[in-house]
Amino acid sequence: MTDLAISPARNQNRTSKIVLRWILYLILGIFVIFYLMPLFVMVSTSLKSLEEIRTGDLVSLPREVTFDAWITAWSSACTGIRCEGVRPFFWNSVMIAVPAVLISTLIGALNGYVVAQWRFRGANLFFAAMLFGCFIPFQVVLLPMARLLGLMGIAGTIPGLIFVHVIYGLGFTTLFFRNYYVSIPSELTKAAKIDGAGFLRIFWSIFLPLSLPIIVVTVIWQFTQIWNDFLFGVSFSQAGTQPITVALNNIVNSTTGVKEYNVDMATAIIAALPTLLVYVIAGKYFIRGLTAGSVKG
Amino acid sequence: MASILDIKNLYKNYGAQEILKDINVSIEQGDFLVLVGPSGCGKSTLLNCIAGLEPITSGTLHIGGQNMTDVSPKDRDIAMVFQSYALYPTMTVAKNITFGMKVRGVDQATQALKLQEVAKQLQIEALLSRRPGQLSGGQRQRVAMGRALVRDPKLFLFDEPLSNLDAKLRVEMRTEIKELHQRLGASMVYVTHDQIEAMTLATKIVVMKGGVIQQIGTPAEIYNRPANLFVADFMGNPAMNLIPARARTNGTGTRIEIDRKDAAPIVLTDEKNRDLPKDVIIGVRPEDIAEPDFRTSQDAQHADCMVDIVEPAGADTFVVMQLGGKQVTARLHAETTAAPGHVQRLSFDLGKVSYFEPATGQRLN
Repeated sequence: MTDLAISPARNQNRTSKIVLRWILYLILGIFVIFYLMPLFVMVSTSLKSLEEIRTGDLVSLPREVTFDAWITAWSSACTGIRCEGVRPFFWNSVMIAVPAVLISTLIGALNGYVVAQWRFRGANLFFAAMLFGCFIPFQVVLLPMARLLGLMGIAGTIPGLIFVHVIYGLGFTTLFFRNYYVSIPSELTKAAKIDGAGFLRIFWSIFLPLSLPIIVVTVIWQFTQIWNDFLFGVSFSQAGTQPITVALNNIVNSTTGVKEYNVDMATAIIAALPTLLVYVIAGKYFIRGLTAGSVKG
Repeated sequence: MASILDIKNLYKNYGAQEILKDINVSIEQGDFLVLVGPSGCGKSTLLNCIAGLEPITSGTLHIGGQNMTDVSPKDRDIAMVFQSYALYPTMTVAKNITFGMKVRGVDQATQALKLQEVAKQLQIEALLSRRPGQLSGGQRQRVAMGRALVRDPKLFLFDEPLSNLDAKLRVEMRTEIKELHQRLGASMVYVTHDQIEAMTLATKIVVMKGGVIQQIGTPAEIYNRPANLFVADFMGNPAMNLIPARARTNGTGTRIEIDRKDAAPIVLTDEKNRDLPKDVIIGVRPEDIAEPDFRTSQDAQHADCMVDIVEPAGADTFVVMQLGGKQVTARLHAETTAAPGHVQRLSFDLGKVSYFEPATGQRLN
């Protein structure tokens, strides 16, 4: 009897659960489409001819796939008066981003190691100042930085841009490494000291090999920041040293006559590709690294 | 003979806070010194000072006859085993053990030889290619010991090395450490909050509280003649019974009266003439209160006591009663007839009793 009394209610319960589950999927599906739509439009438009863009629908698939826009974007699109595509700017960005990421990560690791494991008088103040550096709006430092670069004789050069990105990345990289290293028991440092290892030896042999997850996080973060930077790129570069973000802007904004949407789209995708690639390759470690500090003892 | 470790007038301050006050300790070659005390008593800080991991504020510290007060840890000829073992997580067991030698530039052949020697000694040969993450707690403990042993130092330092192990393994490792100490004849300083570890391992115990040394002595001295109420209460399990009493010396001995709630005071006579104040606290170990037929001593004094609680513990049975307003525990034999709510005749061994001054807590006899 009790079974009979309960089962309709139980059935109802189960049905409502399934309905709720499908509503959830539906909402998630809508969000997926919402987020992927721009990417879809960009990719499909970049594969269309100008003729098809004019006559066709924005969201429709290309009738005829052509890579002409990509080739134009890479090697012959015009940025102002020069028409060499984004290729030289792409390599500028690579030459800025790669050294800047490596240097800021390495210095950040050393800083974090010192702040977390070699407590010194004023360590907290030092770390607070570093943190403050993370929150300074970049616009504030444009003029003093321009003056400094001028004094150093590297204004408008790629080393100059590397310098700027290293300086403004240090706050974050130090923060990342400090928070990671602070969870490593200080007894490890003590044991190594008694074993006879010095400051750099302990860093190199014990801390750095432990740091893969946080190195990945830092590299992704720094690479994305530096690659996507526009403000520093446009302020501290000159003809020949501009990064790809500046080139993208110039191609899109400075063309005259008919707007070549397919070329614009292809350029934008080329500009975004490296950061996308970094996420795909290292994304697994990214999540792991972000949570590593809280899980590992 | 020069002492292996000699600490004189050591003070350690953090800012205005005094962590260690006027520490004077010295041990000979082959001594096993245990620093024991409740958490926050400064015992680990003292060990870190000996290791050179914490600078000392004032005083001197000699190891092996050399002044090491301002010498860096790596040059003190010491090895240390930590509570968390502090194994290098990314290195194999073998690399962990040889890291110190590698840093010091010992050649490969010697490294391999010493590694084999220590691995054999600790029976960890099968683990050498594993990483610390793949080891159990006991195995990690062994590797940590191996890292210390391979150095062959003048002085071994242990910072609560057993407190992360489960109870059974802890007892096993304790025995093993003791065996190691006997075999090597090495000098060791060992920090623990566990008074049983202190008693079983030490040749010399330092009891600390609030950064001050309370008593230094052999385990027997500390156990039988605690210097003050703190040491009496801290060392021993169950703790020493500390019972408020009145004392009167009358020429033929000392009369001790202990008040009871519902009965006449217990009167015991200490046959020695003692110079005691009127109010004292007497300290009696649970095993010094027994049934009259067992453990008879010529200093034994009998009294009838009302038993409140009986706690069988296998080998012994503990009996709890109220004397002088305190719970008093007696350790009786396992087959005792004592029952709660009944009167039991007990003998108090006054030859082993300690007297303390209630106000200062200092020992009187």
